[in-house]
Amino acid sequence: MPYVPHTPEDIQDMLKVIGAESVDDLFSDLPDNVRLKEPLNLPDGLCEEEVLRYFMQAAGKNHGQNELTSFLGGGVYDCSIPAAVDAIISRSEFLTAYTPYQPEVSQGTLQAIYEWQTFVCRLTGLDVSNASMYDGATALGEAVLMALAASRKKTVILPETLNPRYRRVVATMMRGMGVKVLVAPAGQSGTTDPDGLKKMMTDDIGCVVVQNPNYLGLVEQVDALSQITSGTKAILVAAVNPVSLSVLKSPAEYGAEIAVGEAQPFGIPCSWGGPLLGFIACTDKLKRRIPGRVVGATTDNRGNSGYVLTLQTREQHIRREKATSNICSNQGLNALRATVFMSMLGAEGLQELGEANLIRVTALRRAVEGIDGLELPYDGPVFNELVLRLQRPAAEFIKFARSHGVLGGIDLEKFPVGTANDLLVAVTEKRTAWEIENLAQLLKTFHCEAEVK
Amino acid sequence: MVPNDRKYTKEHEWVLLEDGVATIGVTDFAASELGDIVFVEMPEVGDEVNIEETVGSIESVKAVEDLFVPVTGEVVEINEDIDATPELVNSEPFDGGWLFKVKMNDEAEMDKLMDAAAYGEILGG
Repeated sequence: MPYVPHTPEDIQDMLKVIGAESVDDLFSDLPDNVRLKEPLNLPDGLCEEEVLRYFMQAAGKNHGQNELTSFLGGGVYDCSIPAAVDAIISRSEFLTAYTPYQPEVSQGTLQAIYEWQTFVCRLTGLDVSNASMYDGATALGEAVLMALAASRKKTVILPETLNPRYRRVVATMMRGMGVKVLVAPAGQSGTTDPDGLKKMMTDDIGCVVVQNPNYLGLVEQVDALSQITSGTKAILVAAVNPVSLSVLKSPAEYGAEIAVGEAQPFGIPCSWGGPLLGFIACTDKLKRRIPGRVVGATTDNRGNSGYVLTLQTREQHIRREKATSNICSNQGLNALRATVFMSMLGAEGLQELGEANLIRVTALRRAVEGIDGLELPYDGPVFNELVLRLQRPAAEFIKFARSHGVLGGIDLEKFPVGTANDLLVAVTEKRTAWEIENLAQLLKTFHCEAEVK
Repeated sequence: MVPNDRKYTKEHEWVLLEDGVATIGVTDFAASELGDIVFVEMPEVGDEVNIEETVGSIESVKAVEDLFVPVTGEVVEINEDIDATPELVNSEPFDGGWLFKVKMNDEAEMDKLMDAAAYGEILGG
């Protein structure tokens, strides 16, 4: 049944009112030679069943993480998602609500955001967090802008070991702001070299970024780096994997004044690069510079507890012309997913989750040690990712593994640290002992072939 | 009306000169126009500031206004109480609600500012 809002009679009535003979008359101002004379080159219409079948067949061509075994990481991870996450966020009050324009009416939404902010503050150890950011990369860009505004400087140092996608986003956001972006070199250990950073510290530096664990999966020497920035005007910004915070030091513990990261591993599926979920937290001192909105808890005039927008998007209201950020919304639904996920696990569960990642990356290390021709280029502590140096380009192994139903990892050829044979392998709590053993077998076979050649 | 011991700007700030150091604040008119002030972004001690430059902002529940510096010199002190109790700007704009102090390079700049009578005329008109 076609849905056409106007009947032929409606159209005739309307033409009569405006004094036109036909619908074509309405377009008489358009020159004849630019008007389309034949019907649009489109296939015939399909019925609902046919449309459904068409898209199901197209979707069937995708090979997702339910069908393949994924060792992909580098910022987005294949993690287990309890069924309750989807069940709860599917409630229409949450699922269909747009960002609240009359926020105090939406107490449930505000409470969910408040809980999310509380989780982020507890994980990072910092004082204030906001209603969420688009993703980890843009959250880092916003953090750098905050730090430079607060320090009133125009130069930022990014580590060479930073996720390259984050670096590109930050560079884009700094373009036009007159901000100089410097890169702190990585040492032989695959982590930021504290001496190298120390030499770069001048009075112009307003912000130093550390990513922990870094793009190579390695835990940075955060205390040594923090010592270099403390006592200077530069603000230390930590980009972190929140899953790691139950087993690694929190950003506040090593003196970071702003922490950001990607909360996708908390209950959000990998879906072709998005949507993701960024978070940002800062010290009390910097709270006026946090972008977006902050929800607070309060009591009303009858003494009932309730939630309010304590800080609204000032960028959009009273200080538009002074805005340093243009974030105007939040990833509300994804923040809710992460909140449901964290509340289901609780403090103990999050601890176990972090440990499960550590155990599996240790299992991977043991499984690949001793494979002839395979090297482990870095021996520092890792959380859930490991760099393997293969005998041949990583791209060849990725192709080989894919033919066995395995997404083998990320090719580090274009990453400035390491070699073209380096492969970044992630193992989350979702990877089983058998899957890790299978990957080791594939690596063994791949290296045997190398020897034959 | 407004105190006679100091000078005024058309941006509704006041300047009180004592021993080469200018104390700067906003007038009761500015404070009441802004409404409840919740935050003042101050310059930092040691900043070299130039006449009529923007050195911070005053934020109330309904607006944000630039904070200008009416004289040239070095910021030597800021009112530390404002951070915790910004409402001082509303309750005591000419006393406890002062904002920051500048050691002036050239005291002749004071002559360019309005006296209480001239400022009173602006308010009256």
